[in-house]
Amino acid sequence: MAVTERAPRTRALSPSDLFAIDELLSDDERLIRDTVRAFVRERALPVIPDHFEAGTFPRELVPGVAELGLLGMHLHGYGCAGTTATAYGVACEELEAGDSGLRSFVSVQGSLAMFPIWSYGSDEQKARWLPEMAAGRAIGCFGLTEPDAGSDPSSMRTSARRDGGDWVINGTKMWITNGSIADIAVVWAMTDSGVRGFLIERGTRGFTTSDVHNKLSLRASVTSELSFDAVRVPDSSVLPEVSGMRGPLTCLNEARFGIGWGTMGAARACFESALEYSKTRRAFGKPIAAMQLTQQKLANMATAIVQGRLLAHRLGTLKDQGRLHPVQVSITKRANVRTALDIARSARTILGANGITLEYPVARHMANLESVLTYEGTEEVHTLIIGKELTGENAFA
Amino acid sequence: MKVVVCVKQIPDPNTTGQLDPTTHLLKREGVEVVLDPGDEFGVEAGLQLVEAQGGEVTVVSMGPERGVDAVRKALAMGAAKGVLISDDALRGSDALTTARVLAAAIRREGFDLVITATESTDGYTGVVPQMIAELLDVPAVTFAKTLEVDGTTLKVKRQTEAGFDLVESALPAVVSVTAGVNEPRYPSLKGIMGAKSKPLDRLTPGDLGLDGAGGGTAGQGITGVEPAPQRAAGSIVKDDGEGYKLIADFLAEKKVI
Repeated sequence: MAVTERAPRTRALSPSDLFAIDELLSDDERLIRDTVRAFVRERALPVIPDHFEAGTFPRELVPGVAELGLLGMHLHGYGCAGTTATAYGVACEELEAGDSGLRSFVSVQGSLAMFPIWSYGSDEQKARWLPEMAAGRAIGCFGLTEPDAGSDPSSMRTSARRDGGDWVINGTKMWITNGSIADIAVVWAMTDSGVRGFLIERGTRGFTTSDVHNKLSLRASVTSELSFDAVRVPDSSVLPEVSGMRGPLTCLNEARFGIGWGTMGAARACFESALEYSKTRRAFGKPIAAMQLTQQKLANMATAIVQGRLLAHRLGTLKDQGRLHPVQVSITKRANVRTALDIARSARTILGANGITLEYPVARHMANLESVLTYEGTEEVHTLIIGKELTGENAFA
Repeated sequence: MKVVVCVKQIPDPNTTGQLDPTTHLLKREGVEVVLDPGDEFGVEAGLQLVEAQGGEVTVVSMGPERGVDAVRKALAMGAAKGVLISDDALRGSDALTTARVLAAAIRREGFDLVITATESTDGYTGVVPQMIAELLDVPAVTFAKTLEVDGTTLKVKRQTEAGFDLVESALPAVVSVTAGVNEPRYPSLKGIMGAKSKPLDRLTPGDLGLDGAGGGTAGQGITGVEPAPQRAAGSIVKDDGEGYKLIADFLAEKKVI
């Protein structure tokens, strides 16, 4: 006997928010979400695909992003909005629903360039740079990774040595988001007393940049190499309040937090595109949404998005309560990037050949997420961080 | 200068609205609601005026309790004060009742200029602005595509089918602005964070002395609802090199050119 399960008569759920996760947000956070979502829909999405195709950064969006107050939004003072960490996460989610490159710009500016100045800078450094950076008039970048030092940043070769009252910096930084458009570079270099952070202005003698071309991912974002050839800076360029790898790693945790949220935006964009397409595309006389295999893909995507968003929200709550552990950030970054990448690939199959074009957002997100999987701690590194926490055994080397 | 902007929270126009089959009213439960996009132009116009000339913008809204989100968005955009009039008895109010409630609230606030949209994006009655003006006993200037204030004179370009009229009016006055009169700003994050600390009055019709008039349908009811007629099929013409004439004739017939 065939048994049909009869669902109780109830209201329809929103496919994009099956578990009413939005109710976890405060009124302010919800309005921030709506505002960033509208900005992305009205201003960013009309220009992103062309920039992606051309391999150019949508610089025209920077004033609007700054006017919204997104740059350094979760920092307090110096012209920053001072929102909750959860609000910052929500903004990252909406920005990355547009494009990972746009979210990367905001992450780097706020979490990797403004945050170290805000946390470790002198009063003069903060007053000089933070208001300009919040207003988008000065752009920052973060130089840690080197051509031969990625997951192992403490093996960096970039050095800073004292020369009288100055510092002389030599070395090369690679894969630096915003590098060639940055007015100020936060550069980490090895000194006799360990790693220190330096603020190096564009135009400083011996400091040059060149862009990485031929990227197949994050094409609407600038990625550069920074070269330092006997760059002389005064002692006032050092970030005074931190030394050692704790400095850059704390910044990375800030940015990884945003990635844990942002990737769920990319995943949602792919899911919504596939869901919509499946309802209109017909095969064998019916919409492909009526096919069991399509429904399985959609059900898997929707479930994974619920799980990933709940994880991100919990991460936000812990951060807002001031008891976030870096391993929790690693767990979220690792899990949600992988989830988003799997969803992008699955969504692509629902869109068939259309899925590979820029007419739909799916392949663009899929390509972007390959970078997101690797930057800010590779999937492998986060796996080892979690493994070390669980076992007490360090498997890095 | 004291500017009052009327705003309304409506079901998200990007979703398909549904009518209650018995009351013929738009279903508002279980749907996403937003500040009427048409009202954002009014808020922006008011903010631009007070930014140029000093003064402040107060937003006034009639609607259910959760309409406070629409008022708060206007506050986040930069309005200084919000007023929300809510009462179960106001549910399904007709245009005249709405105008009476809004006019009473506006009078209570005091005003040099009242700005509204030309119509709401859900009900589309398009008569509330003029009714408010009549109830306040001030001029109604409608369909403004630009507006400026020079001393105590309001100057607008009034959209017409053929172009626009230049209209001047003494203040105080009510002006309705068309969509596209400006580019509404996004609320900034700082604006959003600061909106909660701005004054927001939650009133009932009783607070406005409208116990008798508030609620129901004073003079207007919905007797029936018919689906819109199906659009007639278009015609397909093969272009044999003269197609441009057909297009020109068609546009001329529609009085577009």
